[in-house]
Amino acid sequence: MNERVWNILTDSFMKILLPGLTMTIPLTVISFAIAMVIAVVTAMVQFAGVRGVKQLARFYVWVIRGTPLLVQLYVIFYGLPGLGIIIDPFPAAVIVFAINEGAYCAETVRAALESVPVGQMEAGYCVGMSYLQIMRRIVLPQAMRTAFPPLSNSLIALVKDTSLAANITVLEMFMATQRIVARTYEPLALYIEVGLIYLLFSTVLTKLQRIGEKRLNTYEKKETV
Amino acid sequence: MLEIRDIQKSFGALEVLKGVSLQVEQGDVVAILGPSGSGKTTLLRCINFLERADAGTMVFDGETVSMHRASHREIAAIRKKTAFVFQNYNLFRNKTALQNVTEGLVIARRMAKAEAVEIGKRSLDKVGLSDRYDYYPSQLSGGQQQRVAIARALATDPKIIYFDEPTSALDPELTGEVLSVMQQLATEGMTMLVVTHEMTFARNVSSKVIFMEDGLVVEEGDAKGFFDHPKTERTKAFLNHSNQ
Repeated sequence: MNERVWNILTDSFMKILLPGLTMTIPLTVISFAIAMVIAVVTAMVQFAGVRGVKQLARFYVWVIRGTPLLVQLYVIFYGLPGLGIIIDPFPAAVIVFAINEGAYCAETVRAALESVPVGQMEAGYCVGMSYLQIMRRIVLPQAMRTAFPPLSNSLIALVKDTSLAANITVLEMFMATQRIVARTYEPLALYIEVGLIYLLFSTVLTKLQRIGEKRLNTYEKKETV
Repeated sequence: MLEIRDIQKSFGALEVLKGVSLQVEQGDVVAILGPSGSGKTTLLRCINFLERADAGTMVFDGETVSMHRASHREIAAIRKKTAFVFQNYNLFRNKTALQNVTEGLVIARRMAKAEAVEIGKRSLDKVGLSDRYDYYPSQLSGGQQQRVAIARALATDPKIIYFDEPTSALDPELTGEVLSVMQQLATEGMTMLVVTHEMTFARNVSSKVIFMEDGLVVEEGDAKGFFDHPKTERTKAFLNHSNQ
């Protein structure tokens, strides 16, 4: 590698990492937090079989999972202004990522809810608890433990998917890289560099996942009595 | 104190309960015996509304309710006065032994936490688990888990405890510890309705026996009479078979 490319890489490192810290991470965290709320509510109305709302939840999951994320971004950011609805790039990205991720995670949470043995529910009824009390205190905590690894998976996928927000002018890591490439004409080195920074983010999340799993596993760990 | 009249239940085309009636007086220990598939467990589950019966009436603690039309509120009111011990324990897996016992007090009955913990500890002490308060179900043996389940049942001060084959999932050497706890409860006058295969328990502990087959009560009576002088041929055959 010649010195010019090396200098470009070291110069650009902070210029890429900074939008990563100020844009990619907030975008991921905010979107995922909202997605979790959507996912739990969507999964619960399906699990409980609330009539009408259940069909609505299925329809939502069907539409969102059946259309490309990029198309959804374009519809919200470039399409809605046609109806007079103009949303700034960052909130538009948050809305799309939250709705998109929420649909996938809803299926994860629903499957996890269904994996909790029915006896847990029955035992709750028998000690006098109501449906909602049992859900909140017994079933949901157990389901979230089961759902934790696949949800971590979704979170890691989302970190990388936020690069699509560059298409709707959110100045996150990938767009920052594109700008430097336009100035320096070193696409190979710079795109590999930004790829490595994504890898770094994902690695941190993988480590956090492992720590999280360890803590969540406490009540299932078999110890000698 | 508990009276069931003409309870019926089908699963699809399969008639599981064909009109069963029974009566439990305060302090009774009633054992429900019978071969597999006779409807014993379904009967017990219908009595606590875990299954919805197709017909039947229940008189519990002076209140009459329809077994197939009882409202959520009626069911909730009845359940607060009863307790259920399952064949496979069904302890809350994400709660410790003590939390399993206090959950129904703090959450369902809005009891102050300190008071609930005190009752919880007392209940666990009673079933011989004073040293296992903070263990999760996965860290306990089957017999210990079932004793936690019994402590959980006791803690809510129920008028009656239903047991659904409480020892069937246990190794033979662990059934003893559960049966002796149940025996102790019987001595203290707890009202119990027990579906069981434990003939020795039924003979020595229960005050009354109900023998079921094919969704019907074939014979019922006090335990001594039932075992020493069975009336029907079917009961004789069943007892002979289980004595072998």
